[in-house]
Amino acid sequence: MEAQAQPEISVISLVKSFGPNRVLDGVDLEVMPGESVVVVGGSGAGKTVLIKHLIGLYLPDEGHVVVDGVDLTAASPEIALELRKRFGMSFQEGALFDSMTVFDNVAFPLRRHARRSREAIAERVRQCLRLVGLDDVESKMPAELSGGMRRRVGFARAIALEPEILLFDEPTTGLDPINTARIAAVINGMRRHLQITSVTITHDMNLAMRIADRIAMLRHGRILALAPPDEFAELPDPYVQAFLSGEVPEDEEETP
Amino acid sequence: MIAWLESFGLMMLHLLEELGRFFYIAAQSFLWTVRPPFEPREWLKQMVRVGYDSIPVVFLTTMFTGMVLALQTYRGFERFHAEGFVASVVALSLTRELAPVLTALMVAGRVGSSMAAELGTMRVTEQIDALYAMAVEPVQYLVVPRVGSSVLMLPLLTLIGDAIGILGGYVIAVGLFGANSYLYWDRTFQYMEVNDVTSGLIKAAFFGFVLSVTGCSKGFYTSGGAEGVGRATTAAVVMGSLSILLSDFFLTKILF
Repeated sequence: MEAQAQPEISVISLVKSFGPNRVLDGVDLEVMPGESVVVVGGSGAGKTVLIKHLIGLYLPDEGHVVVDGVDLTAASPEIALELRKRFGMSFQEGALFDSMTVFDNVAFPLRRHARRSREAIAERVRQCLRLVGLDDVESKMPAELSGGMRRRVGFARAIALEPEILLFDEPTTGLDPINTARIAAVINGMRRHLQITSVTITHDMNLAMRIADRIAMLRHGRILALAPPDEFAELPDPYVQAFLSGEVPEDEEETP
Repeated sequence: MIAWLESFGLMMLHLLEELGRFFYIAAQSFLWTVRPPFEPREWLKQMVRVGYDSIPVVFLTTMFTGMVLALQTYRGFERFHAEGFVASVVALSLTRELAPVLTALMVAGRVGSSMAAELGTMRVTEQIDALYAMAVEPVQYLVVPRVGSSVLMLPLLTLIGDAIGILGGYVIAVGLFGANSYLYWDRTFQYMEVNDVTSGLIKAAFFGFVLSVTGCSKGFYTSGGAEGVGRATTAAVVMGSLSILLSDFFLTKILF
């Protein structure tokens, strides 16, 4: 795989500190075109910080993020802006604009970046909402929706512009198993049809197993393990096994 | 001694950080004002909020200020038989000083705080990150219309305040103390120069800039959830009002 294709996203020895806290401590990760990489790890392992680096929301202290050969960490604001148009990102709580209706939220990126007619935009909005299993919510305000529905609207908004790279920040946290399965199906469906590259962060192993080509385990600011799902489950690392079985790892046991 | 130095150093660092944020937002909003896309809808919305919606507050504030000015000066000037100059004092103090400063202080409380609260909420719910991820520059979309409409609207509000305040003074002097109506109008304009009004308007535009940039930068750099939003809102009013009063002194020194 390594010789013929150039990675879509390369993360090269990424280091990021907040105050005295070294959250990312030399992360290396490559994501191939069309590949789905899922980064798992405990709360506070730096997952969100990592994914926000991929789109330039954070700038690293050291290291580089290279997207399609362009170094995001050194790019001018204009180039970075153009590059971001190829991304779609869904946020933990949906991050919907609470002053706008669901329809306007999903239409927002379309109105900004796509030169389409009013009808074409409305059609695309409905299509995206159907894709995430939502009907009859177009005229509602985000505050009227449940947490899971808000997340799915955020998801519809992220795919509205048919991005090449999708980033999911905890797409299923707080969702019931059926909705989790639906999200997994949507992600897999999009990958089949559009050759989309995706990076997902989650602590939901069930989701990771369903959508990942490769699973990366993040711990103490480094990639601890990286393997396809079936191999990942067999890894001998005690922390990975503890994570899979939902137990407290031996080196972390504390007396209360 | 060391502890004292340490806390002094921390305070200075904090101050420098605040100043840095203020000037960064100010510079960025200049930069993004001149670049497309322009946001006519957002501009209009903010102009209504800052300008039109503030008219009642400005009306009452300047009305009563004009009235109390006439009341106080009439009582004082009576002692050396200079009641005739009440009109000039009212007109000059209002146009040069009171209308711009009081208008700005009221708008800082009304609008500067709501800017901080709105942007702060958007920050902590990742809506600003979402904008950025959708390749929309948050400063351009959120800050530029707010700062721009404040700079435009404050002088207009001040102009209204000038007129209402002078009218308030007239009501007291003529209605309550029985001054000559014709003479009052005559004295109002006799010593007033164009520069008195324009310098007041220039100050107002500058205050509009200061209060909106303060509100926006406080909101933009909010952290720490609901409590953080509360802190940002308070700080926006306090810092905004202080900067208005401090810059008023230096502006007056320069402009006259």
